[in-house]
Amino acid sequence: MLSVKENTTVEFSLTLLDKFAETVARYPEGRQKSALLPILHLVQAEYGWLSVDAMDKVAAYLDIRPIEVYEVASFYTMFFLQPKGKYVLEICRTGPCCLVGAERMMQHIEDKLGVKEGEVTADGLFSWRGVECLAACGYAPVLQIGPEYTFYENLTEEKVDQLVDELKQKAQTK
Amino acid sequence: MARKLLLAHIDVPGIHTFDVYRQNGGYRAVEKALRTMSPDEVVEEVKKSGLRGRGGAGFPTGMKWGFLAKPEGVPRYLVCNGDESEPGTFKDRFLMTHIPHALIEGMIVSSYALGANTSYIYIRGEMMPQIRIVEKAIAEAKAAGFLGKNILGTGYDLEIHVQPGGGAYICGEETALLESLEGERGNPRIKPPFPAVAGLYGCPTVVNNVESIAATVPIVNDGGEEYAKIGIERSTGTKLISASGNLVRPGVYEIEMGLPMEEFIYSDEYCGGIPNGKRLKAVVAGGSSVPILPTHLALKTANGEPRLMTYESLADGGFVTGTAMGSGGFIAFDEDQCIVRNTLNFTRFYHHESCGQCSPCREGTGWMEKVLHKIEYGYGDISDIDLLWDIQQKIDGHTICPLGDASAWPVASAIRHFRDEFEWHILHPEEAQTRNYGLVTEGVMSSE
Repeated sequence: MLSVKENTTVEFSLTLLDKFAETVARYPEGRQKSALLPILHLVQAEYGWLSVDAMDKVAAYLDIRPIEVYEVASFYTMFFLQPKGKYVLEICRTGPCCLVGAERMMQHIEDKLGVKEGEVTADGLFSWRGVECLAACGYAPVLQIGPEYTFYENLTEEKVDQLVDELKQKAQTK
Repeated sequence: MARKLLLAHIDVPGIHTFDVYRQNGGYRAVEKALRTMSPDEVVEEVKKSGLRGRGGAGFPTGMKWGFLAKPEGVPRYLVCNGDESEPGTFKDRFLMTHIPHALIEGMIVSSYALGANTSYIYIRGEMMPQIRIVEKAIAEAKAAGFLGKNILGTGYDLEIHVQPGGGAYICGEETALLESLEGERGNPRIKPPFPAVAGLYGCPTVVNNVESIAATVPIVNDGGEEYAKIGIERSTGTKLISASGNLVRPGVYEIEMGLPMEEFIYSDEYCGGIPNGKRLKAVVAGGSSVPILPTHLALKTANGEPRLMTYESLADGGFVTGTAMGSGGFIAFDEDQCIVRNTLNFTRFYHHESCGQCSPCREGTGWMEKVLHKIEYGYGDISDIDLLWDIQQKIDGHTICPLGDASAWPVASAIRHFRDEFEWHILHPEEAQTRNYGLVTEGVMSSE
């Protein structure tokens, strides 16, 4: 669902606009709408989520109607239409991962972070959610963290703890 | 040792770089095809090879290429399907991570054969690291003169672009993928027209899986007939198998078609058996969509023949006692796994991934999930089994794309082969919360 309560006004930087232009150049003349998914990824990497204002500006940039952006952004699960934690831990919850302990790992993440699936920790640092098959079943259980979608494989409780602690430290030093 | 065509050099340090790939014989197929063969001759070799689509459907690649319409003055496109999302499948991720130039070389050869001057590699968005790797490989190949204008001085021009997905299983279906590439929701299109006639931007388009495209490299290098010598019957060449679940050594293996499944599971050259001394309960041989088989039907066909890793042998017995090669996503279940819980998990997956266009799939997957949830958590009624059977029948074959079928088959096969376990779950709701049903050996419960 689109966020109506929260809306972050954005001003795309020149660097970002250059990346948009580079993306649009990949497609034939008049087919700039093909750049929509790559551009939404760029915007989300920059701001952490897709506010209505950001989507409206993407629509204006691509010369399409805002609804064409909303319907796409709400269809694909990778796009966040609500603000999330700085680090979103996305753990695979599909069959093969569950054969080797993904459900136990999800419970552990919930306990470790102290928030339910989809919620944000009080310090604004973390969210987590179960996602569908990440195509890494041989290295299960697995989780990923955007915007670079770094992978963490063969998870154990210890590895999760270590990862969360490292991210907390990283956030403090920045 | 089995022959390897795609992963022959996988252990060479630095094989992901252009220089090392080239030193190990890389890009010879591009030189051979562009300098000594016409596009039609390349198509002919792929036809002779008997290569079948490695994404799941197993449709002959050469024949698919042969259907491509070639109207004057209209661009043609090759689109690589790297939206690998079928649960149990991770071979394309492996290939793109470790030997990305095999994909780029295959893209150049295939684009040349099809007369495409712009080609796209659609990679699922979660694979951002692989997107970066493939983009780097494209840049390296371009710097070396294998991409861009007038490749190797032959007059052939080609640009390859990478397109990220957005997290949607449905975009692995080729027309949904094209919709997504055009910046739309991933709703599959009604066929006909097939992409070969009206695909990307309404132009003739071929969509091929990552592994199929990479396989054109050895086919061009050694000739289609050489490739077809590997394998059995209409299952030629080698296949990447993604092995997961309860196995000593899960991972990606390149097998020669025809390998007995028993050898694949238990031999030390492959998965090394089931960990912790457990027994094998069931196998999903080709990704979550294909029918699940209990061990006795996985290792041997209903006629008692050894089950081989070929399209034909896996399908022996149809969906009554057989299964399908699918994407080669091989999932092993040990004796402690619960079939009801796994069926619920897979069904939840299909419900989540249904695009919502066709009501049998949109509503049916949700109903199946609810009924399975009820059984798994101890509120099932014995009539729910027949209800599930009824729902899956009403989905199967009644939707625009195969996602509906894919959601029906795991449910149908689980009930067909593990009905006793469903009944036990329903009749012993409290016990089912604390322990699993155990192993079934040809219909006999062995754990009691």
